[in-house]
Amino acid sequence: MSHADVFVRGIWSNNAVFKLVLGMCPTLAVTTTAGNGLGMGLATTFVLLCSNAAVSALRHLIPSKIRIPCFIVVIATFVSIVQLLMEAYVFALYQALGIFIPLIVVNCLILGRAEAFACRRRVWEAAADGAGMGLGFTLALVLLGAARELLGSGSLFGLGVPGLQQALPPVLLLVLPPGAFLALGFLLAAINGCRNRRMPPGKP
Amino acid sequence: MKESLRYVVVLTLITSLSGLLLGVTERCTREPIEKQQAGQQLAALRAVLPPVDNAPDEDSVTLADGSARRTVYYRGRRQGRIVGVAFRVTSDKGYAGPIAIMIGVAPDGTLTGLEILQQNETPGLGNRIVASEFRDLFVGKGLNGYRWRVRKDGGDFDQISGATISSRAVVEGVAEGLERFRRHAGVILADSGERP
Repeated sequence: MSHADVFVRGIWSNNAVFKLVLGMCPTLAVTTTAGNGLGMGLATTFVLLCSNAAVSALRHLIPSKIRIPCFIVVIATFVSIVQLLMEAYVFALYQALGIFIPLIVVNCLILGRAEAFACRRRVWEAAADGAGMGLGFTLALVLLGAARELLGSGSLFGLGVPGLQQALPPVLLLVLPPGAFLALGFLLAAINGCRNRRMPPGKP
Repeated sequence: MKESLRYVVVLTLITSLSGLLLGVTERCTREPIEKQQAGQQLAALRAVLPPVDNAPDEDSVTLADGSARRTVYYRGRRQGRIVGVAFRVTSDKGYAGPIAIMIGVAPDGTLTGLEILQQNETPGLGNRIVASEFRDLFVGKGLNGYRWRVRKDGGDFDQISGATISSRAVVEGVAEGLERFRRHAGVILADSGERP
């Protein structure tokens, strides 16, 4: 499979949230607005890209019995770096995401890609997978965040949408934690519905 | 034996590399982070004080309170007269960690404003303490004439429904700050600029 295929597969057909259903904690927790989703997605993409590349580069050095602690150290390093960088250069976003930035460490998507892909592939392939998976994750978070923000607060990326609040009063529930599950459920159903229409079930 | 030695060497190598990377990043980001925090500090001072024409972050008194804790009181002035004093209070009773609050107090001891500087309360519930609807409950009120507890505890301040603990932490933190101001008002306001 070419690097481009690996990259594209991560974004859509093997999407982390919609297809693999990985990384649910940040997916559900930070997507109260589209902007938060975008920030979290990009931070995760950075960590995923770097950790995949690093794990792949170190794959001959790491003995398989202690690979998990090694992966976690690598991942935690990049998460700390991204946290420092965000605090220094995108302070508002850093404050909005708060506790969820250090929690990127335990996003199973990142450990999952290190374990299932990066530790057996060449560096460029692993990096392409990290970038694709990360952008796919970002796409999912932005979609979910946009849906929740539009319906829950009547705005998009913090900007008011003219006429929407009158036409459709905001439903606070969607911004609250239960709304995350509801919105994700409907979004997954819609996406699976589209997929099944194009590709009838039972004939993969 | 030989195998486990290899594990030790590999793990040590990886963690040292990680430490090196982190050290370099920390050094490069230290200055911008300090700048960001100072900027946030000044913005918070401006937000809690009535309009001032001085730089409150350069006009401060530091007083020890209790054994080791020090508080920096920033004085906001208009035409040399102190119109408000801003300082930081921290409540350890937050639902998820301490809540740091910047409060502004007028010389007569009433609150001119407050900003939540730092909190990790539950998104959607406890973190509504940062909303102006909640913060505005306190503005213009002082220690006299108000019971500084949430309504659930028999006080005069509405708690946010579903977030009593967070609301209580803020109310008690602010009350503690007002008391601290009352204790030290003489010293803080000593240089009030009202010279004959």
